Amino acid sequence: MHVVRQILTRLSALVLSLLVASLLIFVALNALPGDATSAILGTNADPVAVAQLRARLGLDRPLLVRYVSWLAGLLRGDLGTSLVSGDAVSSLILPRLGVTVSLVAIATVLSVAIALPLGMYAAVHRRRARGFVAATVSQLGMAVPAFVAGIVLVLVFAVRLQWLPAGGYVDIQRDPLQWLRHLVLPSLSLALVNGSLLARYVRSAFVEVLAEDWFRTARSVGWRLWPALWRHGVRNAATSLVTVVGLQLATVFVGAVVVEQVFAIPGLGTLLLDQVTKRDLVVVQDIVMLLVGVVLVIEALVELAYVALDPRLRGRREAR
Amino acid sequence: MRRLPVVFGLVAVGLVVVTAMVSLAWTPYDPGAIDPAARLAPPGWPHLLGTDTFGRDTLSRLMAGSRICLLVGVVSVAIAAVAGVPLGLVAGMTRGVVSRLVLRATDLLYAFPAILVAMLLAAAFGGSTLTGMAAIGIATVPVFTRIARAGTLTVMSQDYIWAARASGTTWPAIAARHVWPNIAPLVGVQASVSFGMAILAEAALSYLGLATPPTTPTWGRMLYDAQAQLFNAPLLTLWPGAAIVVAVLGFNVLGDGLRDLLDPRLREVV
Repeated sequence: MHVVRQILTRLSALVLSLLVASLLIFVALNALPGDATSAILGTNADPVAVAQLRARLGLDRPLLVRYVSWLAGLLRGDLGTSLVSGDAVSSLILPRLGVTVSLVAIATVLSVAIALPLGMYAAVHRRRARGFVAATVSQLGMAVPAFVAGIVLVLVFAVRLQWLPAGGYVDIQRDPLQWLRHLVLPSLSLALVNGSLLARYVRSAFVEVLAEDWFRTARSVGWRLWPALWRHGVRNAATSLVTVVGLQLATVFVGAVVVEQVFAIPGLGTLLLDQVTKRDLVVVQDIVMLLVGVVLVIEALVELAYVALDPRLRGRREAR
Repeated sequence: MRRLPVVFGLVAVGLVVVTAMVSLAWTPYDPGAIDPAARLAPPGWPHLLGTDTFGRDTLSRLMAGSRICLLVGVVSVAIAAVAGVPLGLVAGMTRGVVSRLVLRATDLLYAFPAILVAMLLAAAFGGSTLTGMAAIGIATVPVFTRIARAGTLTVMSQDYIWAARASGTTWPAIAARHVWPNIAPLVGVQASVSFGMAILAEAALSYLGLATPPTTPTWGRMLYDAQAQLFNAPLLTLWPGAAIVVAVLGFNVLGDGLRDLLDPRLREVV
């Protein structure tokens, strides 16, 4: 029963957070004197035309009515229409969602693949020069912005070696191999940065594992160091690491916004930046809500997964 | 060996600060001066680090860029600390509704990363250095709230707080006299690390053209311009890229090093 109540409490908190987040986003974009009309018609437009446009776009309604109708639309899956182009926002977002999600998914897998060996190595050799070097590598990786890593990767693998394309995107249904080739460098540039950050958590998680009594017992009954770490250490470190990986997903999503720009990938990030430049507030509002919503949902799932992975936490009132 | 990170951090941070100060008084060339005769000059004399597409001196622009980077760092970290630390103090010293409300708000703010806030502000107000600083500051508030709350909780569990309460000291006095002096070092360390993060965010924002307008030289914007010349002049990406890495690394390492010096017990774990 405890578990059910825990899940319900967390889900209601999630709904509340989503509601407050939507309010914040709406207020940030709509509570200003100037609105989309000045972006469309210019600041010196004829007042009559402005009033007509405001009425057509529904901007003459009170703020609260507009907020509620936006929210009601979101719940029905109706994201509204773009102020500038008049397209349905969902038709703009849907084709790009898959692009960004595949970029984030590949980047996350890569960053775990980088962080686990690097962090474990740094933990095992923490008192020696080798461990210091491994820790320095991750410290250095954290200081490189993903978009700088991306530019350097393009320089090496696209301009010099010409192994991989410098940018662009091919749909997976058209050519799976080209799809992957176009995503290697973007996801790697995200993974280098996030993997470095993750490696620090991996390191500290394994420093703790190495100091545990049960680990010493495993070693004393004949387990070799690395098999013991992979077999028992990873599972024990997993609970805290899953949390970090989950919370980093949010960072990776936002990092993708920038990296898409570096590689000219037609994902959510390029769409968002494009609409920010055009000041198409409806589209911006929807995409930001989508990204913030994804982050909040991931956070909730991570907390629930934490409980599922670590039976010791079940039945506790506060998961954190 | 233990002081090494702090020394390295201080040297790197000092390098950026000194560069910014010097650039206020002197740069080899006007950072904005266009010289069509010297387009894409390689490093050498008289342009030590070469020139960009418009013949602008790379070294001068690099030096001028350090100003924006420090300005945005100082202002955004100040916004975050001034708003975040008192919230953390309140959350740590109270029980019940207030504390939980602050925690929920903190969690919610974590879902708004600097770049998203910057996009919201840029869409609403138009992007400027001000919106960039505000965005990074707002997004960093929860970090300070969390660290201040954690520190406050530790202090509040000490016996001398009971003694202070018993002798009639008021809550504000306890916060000022006992809690703040004890958590100030933690906040300082966090400020150094957050400064590094702020520089990263500022670079990304100016690369995307969301904050400081392109007419002002910034490291992020220099990278954006250099990317178009990746085939002709690959070195142009190196300088601003290296500048960002040195500055961020300096503040990160300084923060980590200071934390280790302050609390040797944390060295193995964190």
